[in-house]
Amino acid sequence: MIIEDNKRNLDSVLKAAEELLPRNLYEELVNKLNEVPNLTKNEKIEIVEETVRDFIAHMIQPGEPVGTIAAQSIGEPGTQMTLRTFHYAGLIEFDVTLGLPRLIEIVDAKREPSTPMMIIYLDERYKYDGEKAKEIARRLEYTMMENILDSINYIIGDRTLTITLDKDMMEDKGATTQMVLDALKRLKLGEFEIDEENPYVINVTLSEKVLPDEYLYDIKTYTNIVDKVKRAYLKGIKGIRRAIIRKDSRTGEYIIYTDGSNLEEVIRIRGIDYRKVRTNNIHEIARVLGIEAARNAIIEQIIDVLSNSGLDVDIRHIMLVADIMTWTGKIRQIGRLGVVGDKTSVLAKAAYEVTTKNLFEAAASGAIEEFMGVTESIIAGLEPPTGTGTIVTGVARSLIRKLNEVKEVNEFEFEHRERA
Amino acid sequence: MPKPGRVSKKILQHELVPEHRVLTLEEAAEVLRKLGVRPWNLPMISINDPIVRILKAKPGDIIEIRRRSPTAGESIVYRIVVPY
Repeated sequence: MIIEDNKRNLDSVLKAAEELLPRNLYEELVNKLNEVPNLTKNEKIEIVEETVRDFIAHMIQPGEPVGTIAAQSIGEPGTQMTLRTFHYAGLIEFDVTLGLPRLIEIVDAKREPSTPMMIIYLDERYKYDGEKAKEIARRLEYTMMENILDSINYIIGDRTLTITLDKDMMEDKGATTQMVLDALKRLKLGEFEIDEENPYVINVTLSEKVLPDEYLYDIKTYTNIVDKVKRAYLKGIKGIRRAIIRKDSRTGEYIIYTDGSNLEEVIRIRGIDYRKVRTNNIHEIARVLGIEAARNAIIEQIIDVLSNSGLDVDIRHIMLVADIMTWTGKIRQIGRLGVVGDKTSVLAKAAYEVTTKNLFEAAASGAIEEFMGVTESIIAGLEPPTGTGTIVTGVARSLIRKLNEVKEVNEFEFEHRERA
Repeated sequence: MPKPGRVSKKILQHELVPEHRVLTLEEAAEVLRKLGVRPWNLPMISINDPIVRILKAKPGDIIEIRRRSPTAGESIVYRIVVPY
């Protein structure tokens, strides 16, 4: 069937099979052929041919409504999903949206997930080192002065600010007094020094620039300065609120889970495995790693959500969804503002959401309905272009012209006969 | 969007990123002939896509992507670079 030749040989048959079959199927076939002993050459050829024949017989037919099938295949198990937000399996420390709300979030292509999170693997050197993992996790956590403050005191009219640090919080967040001093230096508030009696107390003398003489008794100026000190950056990556270390019970390696996401910055941190960093913010992946990575992330996360709910949907349906979402090179949502909104047909758009608005706009702009799609054809009672409906019979123009010529000749002859 | 200079080649090694390659003109014509499509029928990829920027592709170029597919082992798809 593959090669119509009486002198068929195994090599040429295999070569043809390699072109027709997907790679892993072909590899499996070759391996199996080598494994099974005592096969004659002709038997081998028959096996290859049968495999190819079977593969072609199982290919999807042209015109098959794959989108509808995908929608049903994801939609039906979706009805069994819970509407509740769940904790992440094995992580009690913070909430991660799972289940139906998360699935909706993915296909709606929300800019920011409601619970952004990252999974960060460490590189070879630090993988099994708990101490190093803790150090990296601390480096990730975004820490402001506010997080380690005990109190800020000031006396109006005195120009001094007494900052008291919380020793326990500093240890917990991994901040040092030196970091605080650096932060204060960057704020340029004026002279400052560590208190002689208590190393966790810093006295700041506000300069003339920050607190001019005429505002010396103005409470608002003082509050502004205190707010500024509170928001001062100490360390970490913006957007990462918390970092938690987990030890994988199977491999024994340490993995960092973060609350909040910032792929761009995290990928540049030393000591992490930048090849494996994951985030659940798909737009961020598209921005940093490109549209193809976003496609993979969509597939990965939809499968993750579904399998967490104990549902088994064929990956091909999910791949189709991801392909359509990333078709234009940007992430489009499955809905009125994305995939459906990009349809050219007025009726198909109106049938989905905001019917009147779509119809009004179409009427105002004088839109033309071509009846090329399924939805609008059903509305108008036409044969939808799907399945066998995709095949259209037509007559070539040149043929019509020829027919007309014949007709003209006939009429001419007819006239002549009548006259005669 | 990260600034052009800030795109790091590190991202090419990320697990989620498949292999991208810009086709030459001859290869592109051959691909279009084989698939029987016009360039604008292909899926698109933005010129601002970080991978496209690393490859220094221009609008109209066709990019070959070798996806690692769980169903087919490896599948080759094409995207056309668009200027938006």
